[in-house]
Amino acid sequence: MSAQSNAKLRDLAALASGAKLSGLQWSGIAAAILFGLLLPLLISDYRVFQFTLVLVYAMAVLGLNILTGFNGQFSLGHSAFYAIGAYTAAIMMDQFGIAYYWTIPAAGAVCLVAGFLFGLPALRLEGLYLALATFALSIATPQFLKYDHFEKWTGGVQGVVITKPDAPFGLKISQDDWLYYFTLVVLVILFFCAWNLLRGRTGRALKAIRDNPIAARAMGINTALYKSLTFGVSALYTGVAGALGAIAIQFVAPDSFTFFLSVAILVGMVIGGLGSIPGAIFGGIVIVFIPNVAEQISKAAAWAVYGGLLILFMYFMPLGIWGFIRMGYARLTRRRRAHP
Amino acid sequence: MEFFLQQTFSGLAFGGVYACMALAVVMIYQATDHLNFAQGEMAMFSTYVAFTLLSVGIPYWWAFLLAMAISFVGGLLVERIIVRPVEGTSVLNEVIVFIGLLAIFNSLAGWIWDYTIKPFPSPFPKEPLFGNKFVGTHDLGVIGVTLVVLFAVFLFFRFTPIGLAMRAAAQDPASARLVGIRVGWMLALGWGLAAAIGAVAGIMVAPIVFLEPNMMGSILLYGFAGALLGGITNPAGAVVGGFMVGVLETLVGAYVPFIGSELKLSVALVLIIAVLVFRPSGLFGYVVVKRV
Amino acid sequence: MALLEVSKLEAFYGQTQVLRGLDFGLEEGGITTILGANGAGKTTTLRALCGMVRTRGDIRFAGKTIAGSATETIVRHRIAHVPEGRGTFVRLSTEDNLRLGAYTRNDAQAVGEDLERVFQYFPRLKERRHQQAGTLSGGEQQMLAVGRALMMGPRLMLLDEPSFGLAPNLTEELFDILGAINKERKVSMLVVEQNASLALAIADHAYLLETGRIVISGTAKEIEQDETVRKAYLGY
Repeated sequence: MSAQSNAKLRDLAALASGAKLSGLQWSGIAAAILFGLLLPLLISDYRVFQFTLVLVYAMAVLGLNILTGFNGQFSLGHSAFYAIGAYTAAIMMDQFGIAYYWTIPAAGAVCLVAGFLFGLPALRLEGLYLALATFALSIATPQFLKYDHFEKWTGGVQGVVITKPDAPFGLKISQDDWLYYFTLVVLVILFFCAWNLLRGRTGRALKAIRDNPIAARAMGINTALYKSLTFGVSALYTGVAGALGAIAIQFVAPDSFTFFLSVAILVGMVIGGLGSIPGAIFGGIVIVFIPNVAEQISKAAAWAVYGGLLILFMYFMPLGIWGFIRMGYARLTRRRRAHP
Repeated sequence: MEFFLQQTFSGLAFGGVYACMALAVVMIYQATDHLNFAQGEMAMFSTYVAFTLLSVGIPYWWAFLLAMAISFVGGLLVERIIVRPVEGTSVLNEVIVFIGLLAIFNSLAGWIWDYTIKPFPSPFPKEPLFGNKFVGTHDLGVIGVTLVVLFAVFLFFRFTPIGLAMRAAAQDPASARLVGIRVGWMLALGWGLAAAIGAVAGIMVAPIVFLEPNMMGSILLYGFAGALLGGITNPAGAVVGGFMVGVLETLVGAYVPFIGSELKLSVALVLIIAVLVFRPSGLFGYVVVKRV
Repeated sequence: MALLEVSKLEAFYGQTQVLRGLDFGLEEGGITTILGANGAGKTTTLRALCGMVRTRGDIRFAGKTIAGSATETIVRHRIAHVPEGRGTFVRLSTEDNLRLGAYTRNDAQAVGEDLERVFQYFPRLKERRHQQAGTLSGGEQQMLAVGRALMMGPRLMLLDEPSFGLAPNLTEELFDILGAINKERKVSMLVVEQNASLALAIADHAYLLETGRIVISGTAKEIEQDETVRKAYLGY
């Protein structure tokens, strides 16, 4: 086998595993980013706010995807990490007057530690039991936040109000637009980091642990360390999302971070596309817009319509929206190759 | 001492309700390896159906049985029509469908019967039995009815050919097919039975917590907790777990004053997780050995 | 008309093709054995007959097409499959296992008689009738599997490596009983085996499978006496 064909095979393998991106994929990403940059110019401030939330939830969904989609650890407790990130940002800005941009890395760091610490005892639990433990976490979080003794930090039931930042350097764009761009930049950075992390040895190790933990250990992968670290990284992403979300909504209160938030992130992850990075964006869209669509269809039984939509998605797009797109593309190219 | 006994009996009454939910959940879990999150909302819906039957004048126990029958058919149809298309696909896909069912039942109930809190009648007299100071008659009635239902289910599974076939289908679907068991229909039957049992739970607890669309939320959770505590692999264990959780939750709520109702759930869950760390398959479950 | 007629049978696990066009048959009352090395497709053949894998081609039982039907429908033609791994319901009792074998039957009295007959063939099962099936030894579980198949009142029994994991004396005992069942109860049998000599001793016909194809077929006597075949394929 010549050196040339060896190199070709390696390229193909890298493409297939997502380690390298094809020309088409790079142009797709460039087009998406361009669209993202131009969007605020096309729509009203309120819509920009909604799309900021889409980006926020996309990051939260990616966080959960890293843990569940890529590493197979089931979590119903991500509302807790989202809340930790949100409250970190709120307390830093409200109590200590720290600028909003410092809250992002701070929220990430706090959640990285929190996630790792939670991941350690979680090592003993699997599947159903892990779901129960994370569920307990998300039920306990609002209670914790409402607890009297913490009130001077958390603002108790009333929560904390945050002021929206102005655009820097006197730029003449609205607060909503500025926050949108800020969030977009953070998102692109985080998504790139995730892609980098997941395409190499780490990604393969995570997937190995998900698919066959015993074999993974037999191959020398330190499953315990990886699993706990994955929890930490997953929490980091969700915590950063929480911080940005808090700044966008300008308000944090305990009842915003209930179990329903965990469910929403889970729904976004599955419908967007399990185990995929682009799927997270669709997840964000699903979380922000599907409830609205449901309400438009029927105001009185909105949640029934929402439930029906969820079920329909699972019938017709079992691999999520991104999976559906990928399959459609694969079918189209196969046909084109067969009939030149 | 008197207070302790009162709380314990009250706990046992709730425990009976949790035991029913736990059994319903475990029945479906044994057959499919999945937890039906919508079980509580389906039970709530059944209770509203019973409410409607009562409000048109049907006598209590006929309404009770009719509601159970309607729930049985409903559960069966839900499995055949809505759940069947995602059976065998990934776990998370099924979870999303269950979440969808949850939302649908909850919202439909509110839409059909509105969200006002309604009182639900109890078939048991108000005066305490023999004038005792420990346990209300409704609580005793709940304990009695749930025990009767659970016992009937036990007899069904133990001594009828269909019960045996359902157990076989749940334990080993491939081998069950080889003896001619229609595994798909056994699953549907399981769902029907679970729905009927859930109806019992809802009808029994409604007089205490009042009828409203969100009434079964925490009850389902305690049912889950009971099932996990007792051992999700063991239906009898799940039932015992349900009773234990009922007593535990009531006593904790009574004796530890600063814990509100939601923190009570967290405490209960933490305790259960602690048990699971030491006995991963629950108190009465067996360990499923996975061969590599 | 043969009891079982198979033509151009192909079988797939997903995209992988395992059987590449089998043609064979089985006469009523006879015992046929399918031999071959690991991975030849023997187990897949039995699974294909029962609709447990995706197939192409024709399978007829007593003249009726059964290819493409669901497993639980196929077995109602009175085809009893004793699978690889025995397929016992390990958490149910021995007796429950046996009674489940008769699940599709309506004749309660005949079922009771058949239960007694199974206990006559396998007295050890009668001793352990109320024990949990998972606590039985390997040999006893194999007997239980055969007994459960008998409880169906089958016309055809499919046996997948009945000798697997059994001590030699137990295996001989089992094969003697299989021969007896075939003669006394008139149950036709299709036996997949790696232990060729044992299988050829009770069979009338034999087929040799290699990577999804039948390479040799003939009467059991012919194959047993053919030295080249024995040395090349059967290892003795």
